[in-house]
Order: sequence, then C-alpha cells, then structure tokens
Amino acid sequence: MAPILIVGSGLAAYTLAKEFRQRDATTPLMLITADDGAFYSKPNLSNALSTGKTAAALAAASAEKMAADFNLKVLPNTRVTALDTGTQRVRLNNISADNDEVHYHKLILALGADPIAHGLSGDAANEVLAVNDLNDYARFRSVLGAQVVAGRRRVTVLGGGLIGCEFANDLTNAGYAVSVIHLGDWPLERLLPAEAGKRLADSFAALGVNWHFGRSAQRVHHANDGLHVMLDNGEVIATDVVLSAIGLRPRTQLAQAASIPVNRGIVVDRYLETGAANVFALGDCAEVDGANLPYVQPLMIQARALAATLAGEKTAVVYPPMPVMVKTPAHPVAVLPPKPGATGSWQMDCSDTGICALHRDASGRLQGFALTGTETSRRLALVKELVLV
Amino acid sequence: MKVWQCIVCGWVYDEDKGWPADGIAPGTRWEDIPESWACPDCGVSKADFEMEVIL
Repeated sequence: MAPILIVGSGLAAYTLAKEFRQRDATTPLMLITADDGAFYSKPNLSNALSTGKTAAALAAASAEKMAADFNLKVLPNTRVTALDTGTQRVRLNNISADNDEVHYHKLILALGADPIAHGLSGDAANEVLAVNDLNDYARFRSVLGAQVVAGRRRVTVLGGGLIGCEFANDLTNAGYAVSVIHLGDWPLERLLPAEAGKRLADSFAALGVNWHFGRSAQRVHHANDGLHVMLDNGEVIATDVVLSAIGLRPRTQLAQAASIPVNRGIVVDRYLETGAANVFALGDCAEVDGANLPYVQPLMIQARALAATLAGEKTAVVYPPMPVMVKTPAHPVAVLPPKPGATGSWQMDCSDTGICALHRDASGRLQGFALTGTETSRRLALVKELVLV
Repeated sequence: MKVWQCIVCGWVYDEDKGWPADGIAPGTRWEDIPESWACPDCGVSKADFEMEVIL
C-alpha cells in the first residue's frame, strides 16, 4: 500500500507523525525532507546564543531516531520537485536507482516558509544572513564566532517584528552590540498598540540596543572597519554582521505548480484539505480557512486535527484564543490582537514594570489584549474572559 | 500539586500525573524536573521558558 507521505521535517511535520502514530501504529508513513531530518524546536533558534547552545545541541533527535521512534521511513537530503495529484505521485531530485518518484495514498505538505528576500544592494549583500532553520543557525553562530575572535561584536538586525525582537534580545544577552532597523514607528507595530511597543523598545534601549525606527536599509558595503549599512535617509551604520528578520513567506510554489489553489499560503479548509483530492497542508505553509498563522500553538492544533482525520475520524481545526508570546526576557510580551474590523478601543493601564492594554467594545466586552513585562501574568485570566464572552 | 502550561505550545504538565514517558514520576514538582528536560510537544527547554501555574 502506498504510504501517507509527509513533505517537510519541521515541527508541523514531526508533530503530525507523532500524533498520527498515537492513533495508528501500522499504516505506512513516509517523510521526505530537504535537510538532514534532525528534529529540533524552531522557537529555540532565537534564544540559543545567550545560552551558548550549538546547532548540534539543539538537534534533539536524529532522523534515524525519529524513524525508529515513530515507525517512519525518512528520506533526508531529498527535495520534492513536482507533484502529480492525478496519479498521486511526487517526483524527487535525489535520483537514485530505486526512487526518483514516490506514490502516495495521502500527501501532506508541511513545507514551512522562506525568509522574505532583503533586497539590499551593495558588495556585501550576499553576506546578509537569515536564520530560518538549524543549518542557518549553525552558519550564523560560526560567522559571529569568527567576528568575536577578531574583537568584533556589532550586529545589525533588519526588522523589528517578532523574530527580529527575539534575536535582538538574545544577541544583547550574549554580549553583542545590537542595532535594529525597523520600518514601523515602534516594534511589533502590527500586533501592539504604540504604548506597549514603545515600552518594549525602551527596555531594549536600556540594554544598549540602538533603534532606527521609520527607516529601511538599502545598501550594504564592505568597509575597512567591517560592513556599512546605508539607510534610506543616507545614514550609515557601521557593523560586523547583518541579520535579516523582515518576515516570512509561506512556501507555495510546489502546490501552485501542481495547480493547487494558493493565496498567501496553500489554501486549505478547516480539515486542512487543499483543492486537490488526498492532498493536505499544515503549519507555516498553509492558509487555514483564510488565516496563515506562523506560530507553534496553531500548528500543534492543526497536527492533532489532521492526525485524527488521517486515522479515519474527520476532525476540523478549532482554535481556542491563542495569544502570541514574544520571547524577549528583557520585557516579555503576550498579545492577542482583536479580530480585524473589531469596533472598540484600547484601554491602557501602565505601571513601572509593564503595560496592560485591553481592547474592549462599547459594552465593555473584551476583544483582545496586549500585555508587557510583569503584566503578562494576566494572560491566562484574560484568555478565560475571552472564552466566556 | 500544581498544573503548569508551556507558553509556546500550550502543553500542560500536571504534577499529580508526572510524565512517565520521560521518566518523570507522578507527583514530581515542577521545580524538581531537570533543567535539561524539554517540552514533550514543542521541544522548548525548561530553562528557556516559563511554565505558568494554571490551577
């Protein structure tokens, strides 16, 4: 019998395999991945420097161990280059004697997302790094290490969103001198009201982070003292390493080339089914019922629902209120934005140690919240209030 | 006995039940779990992330 075939080996892929195996120990399950198939937790990439963790230390289990633990066949270092949803086959780039294509019974796309191209010009543009997987982290750590040996510790982060803020905090804690270039007027401006974002920025500044708000980087050049990043206002930042964290784009190309409908992500319904029969998608590559949510909690919920469906118990994705947690120990953030179009306004309660911003409608009903610093301890109580309204 | 929740993925640790799959006996208090232990669902480490008391 052709296997259930999972493409990808990130948290979404392996969580699905694990959840499916809890329900079905024997149906053939195969996983194809472009990298080495080691299991790691992606959230750990953005706080591993300050804890001194190598890429090898972050790899919690090898592909061989995952294969043995969950009765999987894993094909590492292999790319799927094309899908044929009519004959239910995928084509592989890794053309060995016995398998340049694989038949599937069900196909699950857990492809993840790519960093958005930074678009910088200049003779050092190809030295700009992004950290989107364990291999990227290994490279980042080795580049930083080589600079430190030369006495250089300046890092410029492009983008002050969730990943940019987490890396900026981690780099600062690891002893680097950090600048952040951010197009918005405060960090996380699409998630946080101004007061909360400014408090986060101030707490970073107190640690020595240099913010450049309302600016974008345009060019990066080699200079005698390292690298020069030129901003859109002509200002030049001297630095040693540049890290781009300007956002992610769901990987949709493979689906699109197979005429599977895509929008921002691969379009799936609440059962994670794509527009093609027996093809599903989940995690950062998927747009579930209109929403692409590139966070851990939604993908866990998706993996559990899909595991049940694949095991014969058709199960829809149902999300509880899911606050986004930003891992910035300098000033933690928990935010659950109000739904688009929610009528209401932010009510601010600010103390020396944090901000509690509650979004309420005219009758006082809670619609969302943004908590910073010590106020993040109110998260669970507020989630309960949201469930009740 | 307390119940804790991983802030990254929502996984719940119940001190009453422990987590025998990782050799953590029922009744093990959160503070007695080794720092090297990681969340069984999402893999974030105990040292790096706060768990929150939910009960």
